[in-house]
Amino acid sequence: MRAVERCAFPVAGTTTCVVVGAGHAGLAVSRCLSERGIDHVVLERGEVANAWRRERWDSLRLLTPNWLSRLPGYRYQGTDPDGFMSMPEVIGFIDRYARAIAAPVYTGTRVTAVRPERDGYRVSTEHGDWRCRAVVIASGAFSVPVLPALAAAMPRDIECISARDYRRPDQLADGGVLVVGASATGLQLADEIRRSQRPVMLAVGEHVRMPRRYRGADIQRWLDAAGVLDERYDAVDDIARARRVPSPQLVGSVDGSTLDLNALAARGVELVGRVAGLRGRELQFSGSLRNVCALADLKQARLLETIDRWIDAAGTMPPGLMSCAPPQRPDPTRVRDAPRLRLDLGRGEIRTILWATGFRPDYSWLQVPVFDAKGRLRHDGGVVAAPGLYVMGLPFLRRRKSSFIHGAEDDARDLCAHLQEYLARGALRAQVA
Amino acid sequence: MSMQARAMDVDNGVNVAALLGAREALAATPEAARFQWRATSHWVNGTHSRATVRDFSGLGGEQAHRTSFTFEMDHPELFAATDQGATPVEYVLVGLAGCLSAGVAAVAQNRQIQLRSVKATVEGAMDIQGILGMDPDVRNGFDDVRVSFEIDANATREEVEALIAQSQKRSAVFDIIANPTNVNVTLA
Repeated sequence: MRAVERCAFPVAGTTTCVVVGAGHAGLAVSRCLSERGIDHVVLERGEVANAWRRERWDSLRLLTPNWLSRLPGYRYQGTDPDGFMSMPEVIGFIDRYARAIAAPVYTGTRVTAVRPERDGYRVSTEHGDWRCRAVVIASGAFSVPVLPALAAAMPRDIECISARDYRRPDQLADGGVLVVGASATGLQLADEIRRSQRPVMLAVGEHVRMPRRYRGADIQRWLDAAGVLDERYDAVDDIARARRVPSPQLVGSVDGSTLDLNALAARGVELVGRVAGLRGRELQFSGSLRNVCALADLKQARLLETIDRWIDAAGTMPPGLMSCAPPQRPDPTRVRDAPRLRLDLGRGEIRTILWATGFRPDYSWLQVPVFDAKGRLRHDGGVVAAPGLYVMGLPFLRRRKSSFIHGAEDDARDLCAHLQEYLARGALRAQVA
Repeated sequence: MSMQARAMDVDNGVNVAALLGAREALAATPEAARFQWRATSHWVNGTHSRATVRDFSGLGGEQAHRTSFTFEMDHPELFAATDQGATPVEYVLVGLAGCLSAGVAAVAQNRQIQLRSVKATVEGAMDIQGILGMDPDVRNGFDDVRVSFEIDANATREEVEALIAQSQKRSAVFDIIANPTNVNVTLA
């Protein structure tokens, strides 16, 4: 039987560790494994930085400034440290990194299954199987759009598109657009679609408000300096909640301007509450808009107070923060007295619904019993609940910055150290046996 | 029994003539139709609060109940509370039952149907993982509300079903529960 099995599943190779995905997180892991002399391959379904190439809208820029773009042994080399990378620039940055670290990447090699095997895993791909002791999942946190159940019941004449498939406004039908979701994605898309002269409505649930610049510097400069982004997963009260926090309402704006709900409303975007229900052809919005905006205003004020306190305590400013402006507070979010609660989808006011309601990872290929009741990976700071299995790049995996490019370095170093110890324990067991 | 014969005896305690008269009067002065309902609640201790209702506005002026009514709100002992009254969500069910039942009586009167008994059993299903903040996919409020009427009346089953349908169509509380409302909570 065993011989037959081997014939049926030809082994493409044997290695110590397989890294699934050659985005910034997988490559950061590859670099750290190489530093430790751990034999590995990086399997990539498409090309290096695949999601950045194929699953993002055209105008997207990173939410973090260039000076913050760093990976293990590599940092931004360009002439515009305060700029924000466009997608071609991100792809170039990650591509150059893959070459600089000589990562052993197999492109065009989609992983179809990972199964436990004696002393490790069998990683099946379209081009044969790999056997290995350890697997690092770095296939991305933002792979599958998460849509509310009622999305499936929308009237047929309403065009529905998710943020993953959206590229640019001219892809949409003429006429009104309802953007659902007020994270960075929803705000940016509502803004650019409104600028294409279409009427835009934005459905707003709980969100995170953040000014682009504060006290004379980019907000990321303060978050970095004050260590807010380094906060560890095992130091927060409720990590499950922290991991669910939507991305802050930021845009990588060339002119440093802030994109918030007030700015959108001033440009004619109509703000409504979160999508609460669909009754026949009538879409219903929650009456909680005022409260979710108040929550976000209060939370923003607490963040800015944290920064103010840090500045007061710091005394001397780090480089780049020499001219520290006095504290100021953004205007409260303005909400109309009685936001619209209903939208008749039959009246033609809205032709398109754009779901910017978040993403989840795709683990359909992971055939290891490591999932909780809701299909989420069970892990402790990236150490998955199966020996030798690790995950990278998820929101607040180990630190608040974990899902950002600059967040990969610390996580990759931690997890590769754990992985090396795991391998050493296995080797010791083998010697004893 | 003919319609005429039935009309003579029907008395559900609803003054239909007065209601229809009010509708006529309000058609001329629609601003008088704006009502504001009020409740005042004082926290007592723990999850125990005491609410009173007395005044309201409508018909173009301040109005008041005959007397003030008091409602104790608390939670059962299994919530580590003192159980001094019904839970707030039970008051919502009470409101729905009262509103639909009043509607059934009024519509029955208007349709010349004599009611002998009307019993409403209201159930609100809730997964408390929502209010405990355990699962963001679980809503805080009811995920299902069911009302079961047992009605004894001198009417066919179809006529009684039509009463129930019409009472929902004209029910304030049914609308409040079934449809979104803007809610504005401030600190005075």
